Amino acid sequence: MNSGRRDFLTGLSEVAPVVVAYVPIGLLWGTLAAAKGISPFEALLMSVIVFAGSAQFVAVDMWNDPVPVVLLTFTALIVNVRHVLMSASLSRHVGGIPRALHPILAYFLVDESWALAERRALQTPLTLAYYLGITLPLAMTWWVCTGLGAMLGRALGDTSAIGLDFAFSAMFIAILMGFWKGAGTAGVLAASGAVAAATHLAVDGPWYIVAGGMAGALYAYATWRAGADA
Amino acid sequence: MTANALLAIIGMGIATYLTRLSGFYLLRGLNLTCRSKAALDALPPAVLMAVIAPVILTTGWAESAAAAITAAAAFFRLPLAVTIVIGIASVVVLRAILG
Repeated sequence: MNSGRRDFLTGLSEVAPVVVAYVPIGLLWGTLAAAKGISPFEALLMSVIVFAGSAQFVAVDMWNDPVPVVLLTFTALIVNVRHVLMSASLSRHVGGIPRALHPILAYFLVDESWALAERRALQTPLTLAYYLGITLPLAMTWWVCTGLGAMLGRALGDTSAIGLDFAFSAMFIAILMGFWKGAGTAGVLAASGAVAAATHLAVDGPWYIVAGGMAGALYAYATWRAGADA
Repeated sequence: MTANALLAIIGMGIATYLTRLSGFYLLRGLNLTCRSKAALDALPPAVLMAVIAPVILTTGWAESAAAAITAAAAFFRLPLAVTIVIGIASVVVLRAILG
């Protein structure tokens, strides 16, 4: 088996549990969109063009007649500011992928694909085949399930009843452990967790992710010592 | 479909895409110091921690305890899918116990 095919299949197998978790979330978003009067075509179009779960949930919440174009655009920007940090971090691991293809990598960058790609880069250089192996199933599942949910249009049960709301947290915790490098990491996580939790309690909206991420990076910057491997 | 709905979808798409694309060009051509590199290396775990902080720190005891169990499972290098299932199962059980 050639290495491209092997990397693609590795990606498929690693993303499989995340794909399973995407199904009910996508269906749920579709039904909420339908309840707000968004047509199945509009729902599908939004999932293909925007492809951002949290921004789409917020957008459905704010959807009104007439549709507030500027407000929705600005909100999508705010909700997704965290992706600037994620893509900046990921950009250091894409040297093996032609630059002309980087705009395509950017379209497929969501929290889950970013986390898996960073985890992969800890062990082995990131390849296009692996990246497509994790991102194509995620994108297709999101498109299909959100569109299907909008067509079905009836409310699903509460996903927290079967613990599915915890699936993404569990995945991020699991991937997070792979970044553990000793006491220095503990300080980074403490700084990030404390600032993110405090920001979440104090300020509405998703600013806590950027605030926590910056706090962790600043902690590492401030405590760096020559020769020490934090 | 109204023109406003189409414009909103396109606007949201452009805004989202710009956040995902910008990072690829932010660091290009920069000569980073070791200290800056250390800060960048800390970004992935710091952002991951920030994403989950509201759930594991401010939601309730069931979520915090389930997060600890999930972290323990990940610490023993169980496969990702197994770790996620353990996390989901423990949050369901703990919510039932702790209300």
